Amino acid sequence: MQNVDYDLVIIGGGPAGMTAGLYAARARLNVILIERMSPGGQVLVTDWIENYPGFPEGLSGADLAMKMSEQAQRFGLEIEYDEVQSLDLKTDVKTVRLSGKTITTHAIILATGASPRKLGVPGEDMLIGRGISFCGTCDGPFYKDKIVAAVGGGDTAVQESVFLTKFAKKVILIHRRDELRATRILQERAFENDKIEILWDSIVTSVSGGLMNLDTVNVENVKTGETQKLGVDGCFIWVGIKPNAGFLDDAIKLDDYGFVITDQNMETSVPGVFAAGDGRMTPLRQIATAVGDGSIAAFKAEHYIENVNK
Amino acid sequence: MSDSENILEIDDDSFQAEALSGDKPVFVDFWAPWCGPCRAIGPIVEQLAEAYGDQMKFAKCNVDDSPATPTQYGIRSIPTLMIFKNGEAVEQITGVVSKIRIEESIKKAL
Repeated sequence: MQNVDYDLVIIGGGPAGMTAGLYAARARLNVILIERMSPGGQVLVTDWIENYPGFPEGLSGADLAMKMSEQAQRFGLEIEYDEVQSLDLKTDVKTVRLSGKTITTHAIILATGASPRKLGVPGEDMLIGRGISFCGTCDGPFYKDKIVAAVGGGDTAVQESVFLTKFAKKVILIHRRDELRATRILQERAFENDKIEILWDSIVTSVSGGLMNLDTVNVENVKTGETQKLGVDGCFIWVGIKPNAGFLDDAIKLDDYGFVITDQNMETSVPGVFAAGDGRMTPLRQIATAVGDGSIAAFKAEHYIENVNK
Repeated sequence: MSDSENILEIDDDSFQAEALSGDKPVFVDFWAPWCGPCRAIGPIVEQLAEAYGDQMKFAKCNVDDSPATPTQYGIRSIPTLMIFKNGEAVEQITGVVSKIRIEESIKKAL
């Protein structure tokens, strides 16, 4: 048996990582969780969560993130705030290089999650934080009685558009197809809300504004080719996510979109390396599924470590 | 956000005096109580204030109570972190980012 700093290193402190940490801490593994920002991941920027069982009234993303981290730490989970620079997975003892030091471990759980995708249109990068936003709960209140655009048609786009109507006098939801992808109950809320106007079959071609703020979103109808300039004060972008897998290189098998491929045990193409949550190739990305992934990954990592230590 | 000895609370009235003058660079955390991610970044800012407090002044500004200052700098997203040097904005970070990323900005401004 070789000496290592930890039995298990969990990378990422969202719901998948925190659950894995909770299970690993209760299994009394020598475990550390590395989080580059603050526990919660994407949950932190979710204004209200009402599809996670056990909270009939729903709760804020920030509250859920805090509760998950408290619960894991109650059982002794050690959390370190640092960012992984690279992994060396060539040998049985795996190496995790952080910004200030290097640690060795038998097993790793990748719970690195995903980030909002940008539109990739001209003007977008320059206006981030100056009208372009990816977070309704952070920035909604800046748009009191203003007109804002929102882009997307999935759960996040539709739910957050409804949230924005608490502040904005009008939300123009721009969607590239002629029907929404969001779950039915969210669609119903959007259709019933007279502050929401939906621009169907439309894509954003560019955004522009002055030195300080965005003022125009240029839209094209993909069926008719018609273009129009929307005069708005803000533009919220909810067009899906991309995995945070930059530091993985080609050490681990990823799918065409960069999500980590695992088997049903959450084990990746490298023995002893597991993946859980939104960063994994999976048909559904929810808090509930991330939590499920995290518990399986911790359980299977525990078995793996037991075998190594035999 | 919790009260911290290392972080000064400033508002629209004191902004000019506290953030735009003095010898040291000034780090300002624009936040609001309704902003979950702002609460999340708070502890990181506190750690940085402890580490760099002797070289840089750390302050926070509640955008709900003091809307004029963020408007003046075109801030429409929080958390926004800015560093001022000799009255000029030299660094600006929007959204929740890693401690390392903030530290890079601090080092650049020093």
